Amino acid sequence: MTGALSYAECSARERLARVVDTGSFHEWLPPAERLTSPHLAQLGVPSAFDDGVAVGRALLDGRPVFVAAQEGAFMGGGVGEVHGAKLVGLLRRALRERPDAVLLLAESGGVRLHEANAGLIAVSEVMRALLDVREAGIPVVVLIGGANGCFGGMGIVARCADRVVMSDIGRLAMSGPEVIEASHGVEEFDARDRALVWRTTGGKHRWLTGDCDVLIEDDVAEFRAAAIEGLDASRRVTLEALEAENTLLADRLRRMAEPSEGDDAVALWGRLGVAHAERVSELDVASVRALRDAKGVEA
Amino acid sequence: MSDVPPGIETLDYRFAGERPAGEFAPVLVGVVGSGNLEVLLEPSPGGDCAVHVETSARGFGRIWEAVVRDFHRRHPLAGVRLSIHDMGATPAVVSLRLDQAAQELQP
Repeated sequence: MTGALSYAECSARERLARVVDTGSFHEWLPPAERLTSPHLAQLGVPSAFDDGVAVGRALLDGRPVFVAAQEGAFMGGGVGEVHGAKLVGLLRRALRERPDAVLLLAESGGVRLHEANAGLIAVSEVMRALLDVREAGIPVVVLIGGANGCFGGMGIVARCADRVVMSDIGRLAMSGPEVIEASHGVEEFDARDRALVWRTTGGKHRWLTGDCDVLIEDDVAEFRAAAIEGLDASRRVTLEALEAENTLLADRLRRMAEPSEGDDAVALWGRLGVAHAERVSELDVASVRALRDAKGVEA
Repeated sequence: MSDVPPGIETLDYRFAGERPAGEFAPVLVGVVGSGNLEVLLEPSPGGDCAVHVETSARGFGRIWEAVVRDFHRRHPLAGVRLSIHDMGATPAVVSLRLDQAAQELQP
């Protein structure tokens, strides 16, 4: 891992510059356009010149792609009205101009609560636009490895995509740890228990359960390689694919019907066929990758 | 209770520049996060260096003025506009971000 550059520690723009071909990113609605949130100033919150997301076109391994990168340090990557509209515009433009793929460098807590309804509507529009792009045969690849993870509405958006790439420290879920603790109590979920948080939302867990398609190290170069691999990863939205997804989820539920002694995540891994599931948290990425490929794990 | 009203405070400063920056692509450095700020540096007609600040930390105008004046002493740029979105960055962080933006102009 010498010379590796942490994807998690990069800003959205630093990631963008290194994931696509050097110098190829052309931004639409750049910061100097000052397309900022119409809501935040009223609440005493400073705006960002790009509303927390950079969108544009670029080349990836010489091929044309559209790309968006969310900045987790600004409002937790929350999707506000303008932020969401930039994502929707990018996806709709993809339908017209047909790039080889759309890359989404996601880092978001979901809807930006300051812009409640506008943010919720924006996220639902992103989902619809994303599914239209997939239906057109253009693969949408989501990269998850930022410190804020990918939660809420953006978690759903990620699972609508053709392919999800995660690092082991990346996190993907619907409700975030604090939300679960607030609604179900600390006995159900202790949001301060970092090991628990990663066991239930982290990259290794998503890989073992089949919720992500590629598991990599926290290294910008590995994210770039995985994005290139995703250029031809189009999976058409079909009834068969939806039924297969339903079967997978029903099977997961069935495996967990019996209450588990101890940790639920470890129990699920074991019931999915992972040998020595209690050791997963200590294993490196390559070893966890091998577990799913090994016979017996039905992901 | 503080008697400082809630909301964003807006501050503007203008200095007579000495070193024309010429034409350049706008530069963005930093992120609007807690204790951090973003600085957008753009070319602007005329020979001044104009600074526009929007900050969530109200009541620190005198410190902003000192920090910005100090920056202008180090980098007496002319024909530029600096726009800042601040979320409670300390003066040292602001100075570093301003220097970072000026550095981006170096060939």
